[in-house]
Amino acid sequence: MKKIAFSIRGTDLTAELDPRFGRAEQFLIYDLDQQQFSLIENQQGRSAAQGAGIQAAETIVRAGVDTLVTGHCGPKAFKVLEAAGVVVYNCSAATVQDALQQLQSGTLSQAGSADVEGHW
Amino acid sequence: MATKTQDRAVRIAVASGKGGTGKTTVSLNLAAMFGEPVQLADCDVEEPNVNLFLRCSTLKNQPVYMQVPEMDPDLCTGCGQCGLICRFRGIISLGTRALVFPELCHGCGGCALICPNSAITEREHKIGNVAVCQSGTIRLVEGRLEVGVSLVPPVVRAVQDQLADDLPAILDAPPGTSCPVVATLRTADYVLLVTDPTPFGLHDLKLAVAMVRELGLPCGVVINRAGDDQVGLRRYCEDQGLAVLLSLPDDRQIAQVTSKGGLVVEALPGYAGMFAELAQRLRQEISGNGGRP
Repeated sequence: MKKIAFSIRGTDLTAELDPRFGRAEQFLIYDLDQQQFSLIENQQGRSAAQGAGIQAAETIVRAGVDTLVTGHCGPKAFKVLEAAGVVVYNCSAATVQDALQQLQSGTLSQAGSADVEGHW
Repeated sequence: MATKTQDRAVRIAVASGKGGTGKTTVSLNLAAMFGEPVQLADCDVEEPNVNLFLRCSTLKNQPVYMQVPEMDPDLCTGCGQCGLICRFRGIISLGTRALVFPELCHGCGGCALICPNSAITEREHKIGNVAVCQSGTIRLVEGRLEVGVSLVPPVVRAVQDQLADDLPAILDAPPGTSCPVVATLRTADYVLLVTDPTPFGLHDLKLAVAMVRELGLPCGVVINRAGDDQVGLRRYCEDQGLAVLLSLPDDRQIAQVTSKGGLVVEALPGYAGMFAELAQRLRQEISGNGGRP
């Protein structure tokens, strides 16, 4: 685990964790080694008529992440993430900070499949 | 510009912005009073209902297929070119073997063409069916989208492919102003816009008129459930130079006949003349190129 993507509403580590993955406002990419973060807008995913999850998955895979922490992840997005080797964690924490803490303390369990249907 | 194609009979689309204005009622009764053999195309393939009124037995069923990609894992190198060319995320490859999502594919075939390793072939994926049947002087061509499929325009085009060139056709369009409607209007020579005198009806008529003008098609208006015009519908039509070709009164009997699957012109002969006159006025409009914006 080196680079983690969080689906968020906000602009920093205090940002709210967005329960949606495909249509999340943006992604916070946290680099564990550097202890730094960057932001990627999910413009293409949000504006996609269909296949938002696939688009969002592509966006974070291209950003080089190996881990995703989000609220829910649908079947198409999960398939793309799984193929690209990104480990998915479903999380209901309120903020990125809380989610990161839960992830690092090992209280989150890895998702083995999509946890919602498409278009939930 | 859509102009009447020389080598085929006229095609009249019956459209609306708002749903439930009476497109199917107008299409059916116009077809019944057309005065000559006519085709009636049910282009509302997401919920075709013309057949409920004609009760004819099917002469022909034509399945509608779309080509979707199939990837050979032994040949795919994960180069990613297929995913880059796909606008709809029907196929994606991020350094790994391509993943195919047939439900998002629009069947363009771009991925199969661009694949440098010939790892992608196309297979047929059924997306709908077109049924052809005959009821008296009306030849019905009905499109029906497969359950679970959301790609409508190819099925609408398949309906039009089954229309005979030597017979005039009435195209019963889906409501709205989106792709399925545009696909219906593409082969039309004239558009009949059905509306009702409600604020919604007028609002959506304006959208429909804008769409028809964008497509460069002539159009006329049918006012259904006409009564006191409290929304300025007629004034709008006058201002826009839109001919009102028929005004059907707000008559409970029409609703009763329609709810039982009957034709208004048969059950209520008083209306037969109105629809015959509509057919006549349409011929004049089309031959005189009237209503062209």
